Amino acid sequence: MEQNRSILLCGVGGQGTVLASKLIAYAAMRGGLEVRTSETIGMAQRGGCVVSHVRVGHHINSPLIPRGSADLLLGFEPAEAVRCLPYLRRGGTAVVSRAPISPVTASLSGSSYNGADMLTYLAEQVENLIILDTEEIIVACGSPRVLNIALLAAAAKTDALGITPDELRAAVRERLPEKFHALNLGAIDYICRR
Amino acid sequence: MSTEFLMGNEAIALGALDAGVNVVTGYPGTPSSEILETVARRREKENPDVYVEWSVNEKAALEVAAGAAYAGARTLVTMKQVGLNVASDPLMSLAYVGVKGGMVIVSADDPGPISSQTEQDTRTFAAFAHLPVFDPSSPEEAYRMIGDAFALSEQYGTPVLFRPTTRVCHGCAPVERTDKPLRNTPEGFVRDPARWVIFPRASYLNHIKLANRERELDEKFSAYPLNTAENTAGGRRAIACGGISYAYVKEALEQLGAENVPLLRIATPYPFPEQLTSAFLRDKDEILVAEELDPVIERALLLCCGRAHLPVTVRGKLDGTMPQAGENSVEQLRTAIAAFLGLPAPKAENRAEPPALPVRPPVLCAGCPHRASFYAVKRAMKELGQKAYFCGDIGCYTLGNAAPLDMVDTCLCMGADVTIAQGLRRVEKDAVCFSFIGDSTFFASGMTGVVNAVYNGTDIVLTVLDNSTTAMTGHQPHPGTGRTMMGEMTAKLSIERVLEALGVSSLRIVDPLDQAAAVDAVKAAAGERGVRALIFRSPCIAVTKPNATYTVTDACIGCGKCVRELGCPATVRQGKQVRIDPALCFGCSLCAQYCPTGAIVKKEVR
Repeated sequence: MEQNRSILLCGVGGQGTVLASKLIAYAAMRGGLEVRTSETIGMAQRGGCVVSHVRVGHHINSPLIPRGSADLLLGFEPAEAVRCLPYLRRGGTAVVSRAPISPVTASLSGSSYNGADMLTYLAEQVENLIILDTEEIIVACGSPRVLNIALLAAAAKTDALGITPDELRAAVRERLPEKFHALNLGAIDYICRR
Repeated sequence: MSTEFLMGNEAIALGALDAGVNVVTGYPGTPSSEILETVARRREKENPDVYVEWSVNEKAALEVAAGAAYAGARTLVTMKQVGLNVASDPLMSLAYVGVKGGMVIVSADDPGPISSQTEQDTRTFAAFAHLPVFDPSSPEEAYRMIGDAFALSEQYGTPVLFRPTTRVCHGCAPVERTDKPLRNTPEGFVRDPARWVIFPRASYLNHIKLANRERELDEKFSAYPLNTAENTAGGRRAIACGGISYAYVKEALEQLGAENVPLLRIATPYPFPEQLTSAFLRDKDEILVAEELDPVIERALLLCCGRAHLPVTVRGKLDGTMPQAGENSVEQLRTAIAAFLGLPAPKAENRAEPPALPVRPPVLCAGCPHRASFYAVKRAMKELGQKAYFCGDIGCYTLGNAAPLDMVDTCLCMGADVTIAQGLRRVEKDAVCFSFIGDSTFFASGMTGVVNAVYNGTDIVLTVLDNSTTAMTGHQPHPGTGRTMMGEMTAKLSIERVLEALGVSSLRIVDPLDQAAAVDAVKAAAGERGVRALIFRSPCIAVTKPNATYTVTDACIGCGKCVRELGCPATVRQGKQVRIDPALCFGCSLCAQYCPTGAIVKKEVR
């Protein structure tokens, strides 16, 4: 029996973490696995930190991933990846978007947050780290809305997600409205070609 | 049987539909809102005869449902825990009067709290109101328990409380649904004043009934399959828990290799299954209680031990063993359980200290009209140089408290902005006291506060932030939107006509995105006496489409006024200049109206 797998998705409200977690859950259920997820809904969605917990396997108790036990961390933003790093187990994989999102508070205090320190820290701390060149992907795919799918595709290319790129494609086709298929499937192809 | 991947709130909704619910009412509030929305979305397919409404507030929701239940309908009422306070007047009396059709009141608790004013516990409220309460630990259980709650409600003719917590409401899991859903045909209202009219004499007799029912339900709940005593022979140290903590405890025990520890799980905290508990405790020395919010199970265990003369030490919140506030977690329970059982403490993974993380509090969205409304008031009062206080309320506009706006001096509960401002004004005689209330909150509980001000002749400036939706909880319609949850168009209640009828001394309606007009309107209102109403009307960005985006030209001198004064997430400092993030800009033009060099210009018209 395969071990349970825990995947933590983190980012800033509005980045599409909830949809990404739903796609993982759907693909895993299609593969006959039990799934539990937990979402951040409410006030934090207004530009605050959001976290989705996804647990896949055969016998899962808690919908929340305990610290130090996530197998995969999907960081939609560098600082949010660092904030949630305590959830990642030793030897786990992190896939992180390079593009920083500057909070209003940083602009106000005049501090210059650009994500560079965060990426350096992640590189020191995470053995299996994949950094996505977000801006390049957005330009290539033609929309900033592909970030969530690009992160999933990059994780699917390794075996950390437990879902293959083809299973991800199937989940996109079956779960998203048709008008979004071309954009998202294009993003998966783009990541897989690299 | 069919399996669906459902959020806890969806499981509750489908559980109710499968239990033959006829009438569903509620008022939005995180983490409960998706229950009623799911009923509205699925009723056409599942059971088109079901009636569903967002009521004007929780008290109205409960009363509408009570009327339907008097006539034999099965009813579901949904709200968050603080909503139960609003509904408590009818609830306390309805506990005495009872119902005919099954009635389940979902009051979602929010340990943390994550999106709430208080960490109050619906289980405590249940004991206060003498009403049975169910406490599910997962979406699957929530689905099943809703059916059990309806059955119990009808058997005893009583409303039943149902309290999921945030992690059950917003957790998702595969849920097996029955293929034999129940259907209920209401018998209709049978006139019986002795039953439906509450009188002191009847209440005396009903009080006796309620007390006696408690003993009967102890026996029933002691046999309820979801109240479980596991591994009863596993030793003299045991654990008790309920709700989501059951899932956490199970995982913590697995991680500690202590799966054989005796475990008491309480799914119906009131009336407490005392028979089951006393039998479980008979051969125990010590029990650790894992629960969130109030020490409900812990107190019940102490009572049980006292009544049955059991020498068991009960550890939990009351003796300081467990945290008094906040959410539980697997990690924290694992540590507490290891200490309790004398097992080696799990070692923490320590990483190098991370760099300083940017703080990311929730903020008003880019383009949010509330920002413009707050800024107009702030600017007007600054220009007038008059002392002013700003009383806020519950909704997205609570976020007006954050820097740089800093425009919320008080926030208490739904509707309190209008009345707190009146109280402040009675003491602060030289200050202009503003109240800020959203359109949905105005209808929910703001109107009586306005009546109070008009009647008592109190000087306030009542500011209605009308964005045509209930934004914070996910854009529910309300009486001012002209849309119902049955999908019908209905008359839009006019806030200005309501205010006129209530007798406000002056009324101005302005678009806050037109700052010059908005600032003038505030100044004019500030200079008057009486109850001056200002309606700032501009739709929420989530219910409208952007018409343009703005960009910064080389004329930007980098003074940073836009960033410093407005705090819009779309304006970002970049080196010596400011940049507008085109993905976030909604074209509200507020920053362009204040740029001293005119460097912010319209870029593309969408």
